[in-house]
Amino acid sequence: MSAAAEERSARAPWALTAPALMLFVGVLLIPLAMTVMLSFHDWGQYKGIEPVFILKNWHEIATDPYYAEMFWRTFRIAILTTLLTALLGAPEAYILNRMSGRWKSFFLLVILGPLLISVVARTLGWALLFGGNNGLVNKLLISLGAIRSPIPFMFTETGMVIALAHVMMPFMVLSVWAALQRLDPQIENAAMSLGAGPVTIIRRIIMPQIMPGVLSGAIIVFSLSASAFATPAIIGGRRLKVAATLAYDEFLNTLNWPLGAAVATLLLVALVLIVVGSNALIERRYAEVFR
Amino acid sequence: MAYLELDRVAKQFGAQTVVDDFSLSVGKGEFISFLGPSGCGKTTTLQMIAGFLDPTRGAIRLEGKDLTAIHPAKRGLGIVFQSYALFPHMTAAENVAFGLEMRNVPRAERAERVRAALAMVGLAGYEDRHPRRMSGGQQQRVALARALVIKPSVLLLDEPLSNLDAKLREEMQIELRQIQRTIGTTTILVTHDQNEAMSLSDRIVVMSQGKIEQIGTPQETYEKPASAFVSQFLGKTNDFAGTIDRTVSPTQLVAGSWRAPAPAGLGGPVTVSVRPERIGFGDTGLSAKIITRIFQGNHWLFQCDSECGPAIVIRQNDGIAQPAEGDAVRLTWRPEDMSVRARTGA
Ligand SMILES: Nc1ncnc2c1ncn2[C@@H]1O[C@H](COP(=O)(O)OP(=O)(O)OP(=O)(O)O)[C@@H](O)[C@H]1O
Ligand SMILES: [Mg+2]
Repeated sequence: MSAAAEERSARAPWALTAPALMLFVGVLLIPLAMTVMLSFHDWGQYKGIEPVFILKNWHEIATDPYYAEMFWRTFRIAILTTLLTALLGAPEAYILNRMSGRWKSFFLLVILGPLLISVVARTLGWALLFGGNNGLVNKLLISLGAIRSPIPFMFTETGMVIALAHVMMPFMVLSVWAALQRLDPQIENAAMSLGAGPVTIIRRIIMPQIMPGVLSGAIIVFSLSASAFATPAIIGGRRLKVAATLAYDEFLNTLNWPLGAAVATLLLVALVLIVVGSNALIERRYAEVFR
Repeated sequence: MAYLELDRVAKQFGAQTVVDDFSLSVGKGEFISFLGPSGCGKTTTLQMIAGFLDPTRGAIRLEGKDLTAIHPAKRGLGIVFQSYALFPHMTAAENVAFGLEMRNVPRAERAERVRAALAMVGLAGYEDRHPRRMSGGQQQRVALARALVIKPSVLLLDEPLSNLDAKLREEMQIELRQIQRTIGTTTILVTHDQNEAMSLSDRIVVMSQGKIEQIGTPQETYEKPASAFVSQFLGKTNDFAGTIDRTVSPTQLVAGSWRAPAPAGLGGPVTVSVRPERIGFGDTGLSAKIITRIFQGNHWLFQCDSECGPAIVIRQNDGIAQPAEGDAVRLTWRPEDMSVRARTGA
């Protein structure tokens, strides 16, 4: 009787998580495995996809410098976006945290608000402001005589980094914000009473303590930017491709699904390695202080 | 001459007055406690001395110089916060060294002073520990060492012991007092624990709702409380309603069937306060009935129902037979053991 009850209670967690587990396996693991498998299939203009096991696609990616350039650009953009969000987001979160009650909640809403607006709408906004000769800002600056020719924004890496940074900013601010909440509220007063000035307090006391927040925010921003699709698609179009838009093109325009799958798989593996690796580094670096 | 002086200091947050008309002069080397219930403005007062808050009115002077004109980073006060506010990313030694670094103390001297400070608080050998890896008591000691190593002109302690368990708290109280005696730093301690205030301080400032109720030695505040609040707050007390009877000569103080020659300068309705341990059982005095009798090892605690309301009596367990529950007794005390105040609103 009791043994049966014990057995039942041991099975209960599995039974309870089964629906979610099945969903996870069904919509994530199976398609993922199929994508990986697909990347080893053959493809030809007229024969379509052939379910054989060959390394053709991987060989092409490894040898054709076009792909190396594509991935290098993807990670360069992701790194620059991460740096930009960290440089702007960390001070932003700090200032926000020092504001008094009502302003704090107002500006928090201002920062988080964009999350509610579609990425496409926001990126199109950038395109309207800066895009080509007809962009509002360019028109204004030209008519003011401040610049002669429009500032290039569309189809440039700079434009992509700026637009991506704008999209990713809330993640960085939230992450640093969470780290700031863990600070002792008297910590700045403590440093001040020992004779530290405002710059020293930020450099020696605040920065080291919010660093884990900045770094975990950086991991989120980096992985999201490296795999971002909508923003690079709008700003870069088909002229300035990154890994995600390249995979998309292979799938939907060239119809070379196996090659697209190989690109997507490589992006995934590279991202997982980078994220897991840097996370382990961070944990080791801050283990003794923040356990 | 006063070393640290607070002159009619007041603090308002919006329309709310949190500290009002606070005047105090502290002598050099004195140990002062701010004692009062939660929310009475103790921390606010301390933070005004530290400079984290500006007084709305009044002046704070240190050795005659206006302290409010000096930036908090330049005041040179040592502060121990309730949460300790240690720097979690620095080791114990780095925490203690921080104040010396800010003062540009040369490296060799710095190391020596850090070592001495940690040794003084009993943490020799813990130099390289991070605060998160230390117990509450050890963190508290690091915080104390960090505040003392800069040789502060005044040491401010905001409920430094309230996060410790009872036994450790008692140990730290003794240690704190010894350290303070040895180095002679003028100290202000904020607490809402009356035992802590009494066992540590030279003088206690009893506060209530932002105002000073009484300033005095622990003995004075305990034995001659200046107000009903003070007598209630510092230990248990019995308040009996009495009157001054002027129809007889000499005038008499009457509380139920207890009477004594009236103290000078009072008339009409009064409150008679007597500590429970000063009341004895006699043949005359306030008649009462014992409701419960509780044995507490070294003493007995009696709860009585007297003619003037409920009363508590504490008797030493000295081996003499004590009255039992339900017994009718007479409560009596010496006139010098009571304090008499005019009763308002009677
Ligand atoms: N920044 C502030 N703004 C508004 N009111 C405040 C502020 N700081 C403190 N108060 C109010 O001032 C009063 C006194 O606060 P204070 O912190 O000095 O009390 P305390 O005596 O230290 O109490 P505790 O024993 O709980 O620490 C409280 O009623 C509190 O609500
Ligand atoms: Mg307080």
